[in-house]
Amino acid sequence: MSAAGLEVGRQTVADRPKARRRYGLREWAIIATGGLAVVSLLRIVTGAEDIDSSGALIAAIGLAVPIGLAGLGGLWSERAGVVNIGLEGMMILGTWGAGFFGYHYGPWAGVVGATFMGMLGGLIHAIATVTFGVDHIVSGVAINIIGLGVAKYLAARFFADLPGGGPTQSPPIKDLPDFTLPGLSSWLGTIESKGWFFISDLASVLRALCTNVSALTIIAVLLFVATYFILWRTPFGLRLRSTGESPVASESLGVRVLRFKFVAVLISGGLAGMGGSFLALVAANIYRDGQTGGRGYIGLAAMIFGNWRPGGLMTGAALFGYTDAVQLRGGETVHAFLLLFAVILLAIGVWQIVRNQRLVQGIVAVVVGVLVGVWYLATDSVPPELTGTTPYVTTLLVLAFASQRLRMPAADGQIYRKGEGG
Amino acid sequence: MRTLNLRRILLSVAAPVLALVVAFVVTSLVLVAVGDPVAEVWKTILAVPKPRQVVNIVNAATVFYISAIAVSVGFRMNLFNIGVDGQYRVAVFAAALFAGQGYLPGWLNIIASILVAMAAGGAWASIAAFLKVKRGVSEVISTIMLNAIATGVVSWLLVKVAAREAGSNTIATKTIPESSQLEGFQLVPGATNRVYTLILLAIVVGVLYWFVLGKTRFGFDLRATGHSESAAVASGVNVPRMVVIAMIASGAIAGLVGMPLLFGQDHNYGTTFQAGLGFAGIAIALLGRNNAIGIVFASLLWAFLDVQSNALQIQAGVAQELVNIIQGVILFAVVIAYELIRRADKRLEQTRVARELAAQRNSGAATEGAPA
Repeated sequence: MSAAGLEVGRQTVADRPKARRRYGLREWAIIATGGLAVVSLLRIVTGAEDIDSSGALIAAIGLAVPIGLAGLGGLWSERAGVVNIGLEGMMILGTWGAGFFGYHYGPWAGVVGATFMGMLGGLIHAIATVTFGVDHIVSGVAINIIGLGVAKYLAARFFADLPGGGPTQSPPIKDLPDFTLPGLSSWLGTIESKGWFFISDLASVLRALCTNVSALTIIAVLLFVATYFILWRTPFGLRLRSTGESPVASESLGVRVLRFKFVAVLISGGLAGMGGSFLALVAANIYRDGQTGGRGYIGLAAMIFGNWRPGGLMTGAALFGYTDAVQLRGGETVHAFLLLFAVILLAIGVWQIVRNQRLVQGIVAVVVGVLVGVWYLATDSVPPELTGTTPYVTTLLVLAFASQRLRMPAADGQIYRKGEGG
Repeated sequence: MRTLNLRRILLSVAAPVLALVVAFVVTSLVLVAVGDPVAEVWKTILAVPKPRQVVNIVNAATVFYISAIAVSVGFRMNLFNIGVDGQYRVAVFAAALFAGQGYLPGWLNIIASILVAMAAGGAWASIAAFLKVKRGVSEVISTIMLNAIATGVVSWLLVKVAAREAGSNTIATKTIPESSQLEGFQLVPGATNRVYTLILLAIVVGVLYWFVLGKTRFGFDLRATGHSESAAVASGVNVPRMVVIAMIASGAIAGLVGMPLLFGQDHNYGTTFQAGLGFAGIAIALLGRNNAIGIVFASLLWAFLDVQSNALQIQAGVAQELVNIIQGVILFAVVIAYELIRRADKRLEQTRVARELAAQRNSGAATEGAPA
């Protein structure tokens, strides 16, 4: 039983190294502008104002940060070749840490305490997988069991007797500071309320970026930037990634493989724990049992969606945070997106038939597109139970249809023992 | 060779025992560190269970056993079915829906519902199987995603079909007809509650698992694929087909997990239906080393800890979630112990082979003599 699993069905890399152009800043700007224009059009056509109201976007940022931090934790660990499905458990430990240290020593201590608790989870994972060579998935499952147990047990032990606390939740914790650019924010709000095509939408996006931005959100963004620089622009990062790509080769070059993996998993746990602290300190201002609600898994999904890279992960986290926010604001907004999906599917279908001569795929896309369109016309809202599954369905679809474009670290999930290369 | 085997058996018994000791020590340390009464906790957990609790333990173990077997089918061929949770949820919902209609009388309804459950569980697992075979998607990721999707889809469908009873705000499917409710066996003297009738189902599943995997060509191929995929391919095993079959079989067995609960206790599927049995199954399968008998002990142990810890809050003033810590530590200790034993065994084997080879070379050199 190795996490690497069976080889069957795994696509081998195509022999012609296709030179795919990397998108630069300009391309991304064009994509973002186009996307915003489409959303703006959708807002005007369907009348779903909440689709990009600054309120919805602020909520989306709040929901994206914990997902992003958990995913960033996954990124560190998997870049060093250790699969980490224990993120959920580490995140749960983080929520408790934030509750305990946050209540007793103030919110910043809560962030530190949550990171520390997450690192404790990471330490267990590292000892099991790196030192003892236990299967990564097995260890991850065990950490999820332990993390849940520890948090609930400690919460009942330490929060039950506090004023305002209980066996399943902590007393309220003081808020972390957040920042608003006062004049700009209200000025953008005025523009947003005009409902102009594109300009109002741009205003609402900018307003979301400068209103009630939590200090922890800023730290999270900085951590993304730092991760990119450390992992891709420093010798330390190169070595760390090499242990996830080919541990034998990197050991033969003198890299202390196990040490790098150990450190990576520790950092991974710390980031997941910090993600938990966001849930307890910013999103809720108390610790509550079951607060993570599977966000560790969504973080993992966001990382895969993002092709094991920080930029992609950020996009994934933003997307999943946005779907979550939109869902919380009622099925009407999600309903508007059905129209967009229908149009996109129809376009893909026609494209496949006319340009690529792929009749079957094209027809499937057209049929699904028509069905979604019928769904849009026949209903007024999408049930909340189904919108909650959006991140998972998206990830499955991305994996199913773009798996050739995804590339995980080559030795991801493989157990490495010191001196294996001989 | 025989002494080696004896040693191996001893070691494989020693590992779980060692794991229990480690779990005992670690949990005690946690209790001391936090300042909870250590003695009280162990007195509660290790007390002799009352007849009523014995029944509860057996019942919980029945469900755990099926779940662990479902996971084991995948494990034996190196497939990680994390999706038992979603599969049994989909399956028990489908079965409860079908059984509630009462198309068939009595036992026929039960048997038909069980088949529905297997079909539903298998179908849900087949998504992951096809994604793996056709698109190369890791089953670990796809089953995690499918678990969450199952939760969403089932709760949506539940709202659609729920039979809301007057004066109650629990949402559930239609209760199954009384003729199809199983009242259970009076196995434990002195207990007012009964052992699930469908413990029979767990026994059948266990025997079939042992027979099919251990005694048939199919089982051999499956295990061979798990040990060495390239060797299996060389001996003519169609690996993609095996993946699909094993995954669907695992899902079909996962579909059975909820049956004892459905027919013996809940009689419908509602929002309160027990969740998380799939993850317990993973732990128990590992603890029982994917062995039909080993899993019996593992699931009894798991159920024992679960049931005994219910009294922790009252008896010792400690949250019953402590049991998750104990179970998690046992799991860690056991997998680490197995890994260490495997390494030690391998090393011994290597030195033995090296010694024999060296001896052969020496004697060979002696008989052939030096080259002219």
